[in-house]
Amino acid sequence: MATVIIPTPLRKFTNNTARLEVKAGTIQDTVNELTRNFPDLKKHLLDEGGGIRSYVNIFVGNNDIRDLQQEHTAVKDDTVISIVPAIAGGSPDQPLFTKEELARYNRHIIIPGFGMEAQQKLKKAKVLVIGSGGLGSPALLYLAAAGVGTIGIVDFDVVDDSNLQRQVVFGVDEIGKPKVEAAKRRLEALNPYIKLHLYNTHLNSSNALDIFKDYDVIADGTDNFPTRYLVNDAAVLLGKPNVYASIFQFEGQVSVFNYTDSKGNTGPNYRDLYPTPPPPGLVPSCAEGGVLGVLPGIIGSLQALEVIKVITGVGETLSGRFYIFDALNFESRTFNIRRREDNPVNGKNPTITALIDYEQFCGMRAVEEKPLKEITAKELYDWQVKGEKFQLIDVREPHEYDIVNIGGELIPLATVSDNTGRIDTERKVVVHCKMGGRSAKAIRELEEKFGFTNLYNLKGGILSYIDEVQPELTKY
Amino acid sequence: MIIIEPRVRQLMIEDAINTFPDECCGFLFGREEHDGTRLILDILAVDNSKEGDKRRRFEISPLDYMTAEQHALDHDWTLLGIYHSHPNHPAIPSEHDRVAAQPFFSYVIVSVLEKEVITLRSWILNDDRQFEEEQIIDYQFS
Repeated sequence: MATVIIPTPLRKFTNNTARLEVKAGTIQDTVNELTRNFPDLKKHLLDEGGGIRSYVNIFVGNNDIRDLQQEHTAVKDDTVISIVPAIAGGSPDQPLFTKEELARYNRHIIIPGFGMEAQQKLKKAKVLVIGSGGLGSPALLYLAAAGVGTIGIVDFDVVDDSNLQRQVVFGVDEIGKPKVEAAKRRLEALNPYIKLHLYNTHLNSSNALDIFKDYDVIADGTDNFPTRYLVNDAAVLLGKPNVYASIFQFEGQVSVFNYTDSKGNTGPNYRDLYPTPPPPGLVPSCAEGGVLGVLPGIIGSLQALEVIKVITGVGETLSGRFYIFDALNFESRTFNIRRREDNPVNGKNPTITALIDYEQFCGMRAVEEKPLKEITAKELYDWQVKGEKFQLIDVREPHEYDIVNIGGELIPLATVSDNTGRIDTERKVVVHCKMGGRSAKAIRELEEKFGFTNLYNLKGGILSYIDEVQPELTKY
Repeated sequence: MIIIEPRVRQLMIEDAINTFPDECCGFLFGREEHDGTRLILDILAVDNSKEGDKRRRFEISPLDYMTAEQHALDHDWTLLGIYHSHPNHPAIPSEHDRVAAQPFFSYVIVSVLEKEVITLRSWILNDDRQFEEEQIIDYQFS
């Protein structure tokens, strides 16, 4: 009987037997006998055509059967046949880093758990930084220094002397120049191994998707609500993570929005946190409200940190969490945030499937209001004719009342909450003004603060009543 | 889980550095515990027999392979796998590694960066012929 030596990796298919005895004949007979006795061996020894696999070597003694008579090589009783797997491999074909880059990124590469792998991901990554100001400056500097291979910068502004108190990517020589170009000069001087793309333009609904589409990660460092919602919606529509940072007075905020983890779960976005913007003018910008220069330095650096974590997969990102830094008290808090089913971009029933007009969106009322109970002038006249019991309140100013009135009790809008005692809680109450706007405000205030439920707004105000019911009265 | 004796780890690192900028290669010997934990007790460094670009490829000659199997028998060890280096590349398997990989074997990859920075990671094929990482434990035998 001849002996076949099974290589260690294939022994699990031969009941852990290292040496098998086979009948004399040819190598083909031996292979047939082996695969008959151990069917699982077959796919490791033979290709689809039944030939011996190219990465399996069969040796008779110390000779490759390719140098003998291939599968027709004779097998005698004292033959020792070795099945030898080809052992080979190699590195990826493309060289990753030059010597200079390896030297530059050495302090990253030697971090356990970061290493070449993470550095490689940084080099391949494309990050779009929106805004190169207070937040963008440190974020850009650190992302460029870290070796993010491609960085896009969106900013329409020019460098102003008052920027230099915090926008550390610029210098006095660049005052008056476009920010994106000034930033490019500084970043190229810092890291010549990266690519920079400049967008010296206002980001808006018509160019955002086109600019975003080539990037892996969006870093939002904008200073206004319309752009923030625009960036969020564009990132969500394109399925890209949005690393968000903002500053307000002495407070900084950071989060990672729309981040899809390795299990395919996508985290919340800006609209899950803030479904609607604050009323215009409530939150002042840096230009209006001022900012301590070091605060965006801190927060923009944290933003760069989260961008690097999103790219490399190292650590736990802020996805699903919202970080707040209070510079005055030196306190940090991290809140958990969740996706909302009513998110208009990616909730259960999305209503926003393309970018909208964000200026208009942010100029609208902050909170979606439930409709008021209304009454038309004709219906009011019907009540009067039928003798329905109700109270009529006029919330206009006294001088308007003097011009014309329809017998309502005068309680000017500004005094409504001080005069709730004069407003009936039992009967129906019809509230009117000139055109219906102030009376609606009065009703909301009375409903929200005092719990009234019996209030009706006269649609179109006293002007509508004059038109519909008493055209002889004075219009103003 | 794979436990590499520090002396053995050092031998692999030295081989990787001395062979730089070419890829080094060799065999891993040791024992497999009942719970699947592998103890690497020794290595056998062999020549990279690749004809051509040894900086990006390695190949082990069949005769060296047969020697390694015999070496394992002689010492009553199991031939547990292969190590090789990735000069200036991360210690993660390339597609070249995956295509040629054998079942059962642990593939320890040593990343050498300009002869300086070294990371070792170990990989093993799963049933779908994809590499899964094996946790390396450094262990000092007393």
